[in-house]
Amino acid sequence: MIDIILLTLLVVVAIAIIRMKDLFAVVMLLGIYGLLSASFFVAMDAVDVAFTEAAVGAGISTLLMLVVIAMTGRKEKTNRHKPLPALCIVLITGGLLIYGTFDMPHFGAADAPIHQHVAPRYINDSMAEVGVPNIVTSVLASYRAFDTFGEVVVIFTAGIGVLTLLSVARRKEDAEKISSINDSMHEQHLVIRIVAKMLIPFIFLFALYVQFHGDFGPGGGFQAGVIFAAAIILYAMLFGLNTARKVINQTFIQLIAAVGVLLYGSVGIVSLMNDGNFFNYNVLASDPIAGQHLGILLIEWGVGCTVASVMMIIFFSFAGRLELHQHNERVKNQESS
Amino acid sequence: MLMDLFNHWVVITLMMSGLYIVIAHGNLIKKIVGLSVFQTSVFIFYISMAKVDGGTAPILADDIVQYSNPLPHVLILTAIVVGIATTALGLSLVVRIKEAYGSIEEESIQQQDNQQQDNNAHAKRKQEEEA
Repeated sequence: MIDIILLTLLVVVAIAIIRMKDLFAVVMLLGIYGLLSASFFVAMDAVDVAFTEAAVGAGISTLLMLVVIAMTGRKEKTNRHKPLPALCIVLITGGLLIYGTFDMPHFGAADAPIHQHVAPRYINDSMAEVGVPNIVTSVLASYRAFDTFGEVVVIFTAGIGVLTLLSVARRKEDAEKISSINDSMHEQHLVIRIVAKMLIPFIFLFALYVQFHGDFGPGGGFQAGVIFAAAIILYAMLFGLNTARKVINQTFIQLIAAVGVLLYGSVGIVSLMNDGNFFNYNVLASDPIAGQHLGILLIEWGVGCTVASVMMIIFFSFAGRLELHQHNERVKNQESS
Repeated sequence: MLMDLFNHWVVITLMMSGLYIVIAHGNLIKKIVGLSVFQTSVFIFYISMAKVDGGTAPILADDIVQYSNPLPHVLILTAIVVGIATTALGLSLVVRIKEAYGSIEEESIQQQDNQQQDNNAHAKRKQEEEA
């Protein structure tokens, strides 16, 4: 029942997103959309996915879009181009897809083809083969480790892309001027700053818990990385970018992003050298189960490092660009007055 | 009976809303929001296929007989994080477009491009005439 309500709400939010002209409202609605879909994932038993979607969809993506809107302006032009042909295409495609669903297995059917192929092996044998209670972790980190490696490399590449597009070469004397603008904005929120200062250590602790408890409950490197980055981003938002840059060295997090991928890849190489297949952890220790545990621990560390530092790199690049925009605008205003 | 396919229809509705935003709206940020809506609808599709009636979350415990399918969970878990990384890349392109053109409306960007092209063609013709 709850899933039907959540899905209906999702449709309502999607329609509201289409109709809104104010981009600020659109971005907030997208955050709500992410949170609703995270709740839906909990109702569908996908706790790991819900965890990730709540941290990413409702948290970091909303934040990034807000930073971009601050640079590009929040009003959308009213005129749309060719709304009628677009509507036609959308309706025809949607109609065909709905026609296609009539042949699909019904929702929740246990005999659907998707549950017949590899899933029974994961559910029945993963405890004996991998020895980790959370099946999602054992599939992610052991059975499909090669696939996950690809995903980590994609995240790393996207991080590099953002860095190339947005990184600002800053001179020392500029940095001081920009920081004075930046700090004056953050002096007023005293209560938030003190509360956040107390919360941040616990957020870090929670991130580490999620990282290491991922074998036994929902969690793992992806979620832990996002939560860890969220704590740093919170710090940067409240205490100013320049303070945050002093706390976290930018070159250092770029290094960590690469080290994470390297750690992940080298686990594969080491298993290859010990006469196993790429990412076959059984050969890492004398006991296959101990080898699996070691391999999963190491690659989850690699994933956590890369995800956390790429998220931080992305945030710092965007925020640094925004800082530059504000600085340029102020200089322009001073010159004209 | 009717509700058996409800999830799929909602997924298609969401997917088509995303597609409509991408086609019909000229604002680049709105387009990226549309892509996110589209993307999340695919996540919802996978996760609802993984659900088994009477199943629980795929974390092994005693006296549980029915688990939901863990494989789609794995695929979507990684897809979400990859999704935010690629969205960030798209947003950074939008920022650069704004810096280069002073606008993020598709039509105005197209107009400026056309003007530039006309100017270039004009200058070329003039050069050839002079030669």
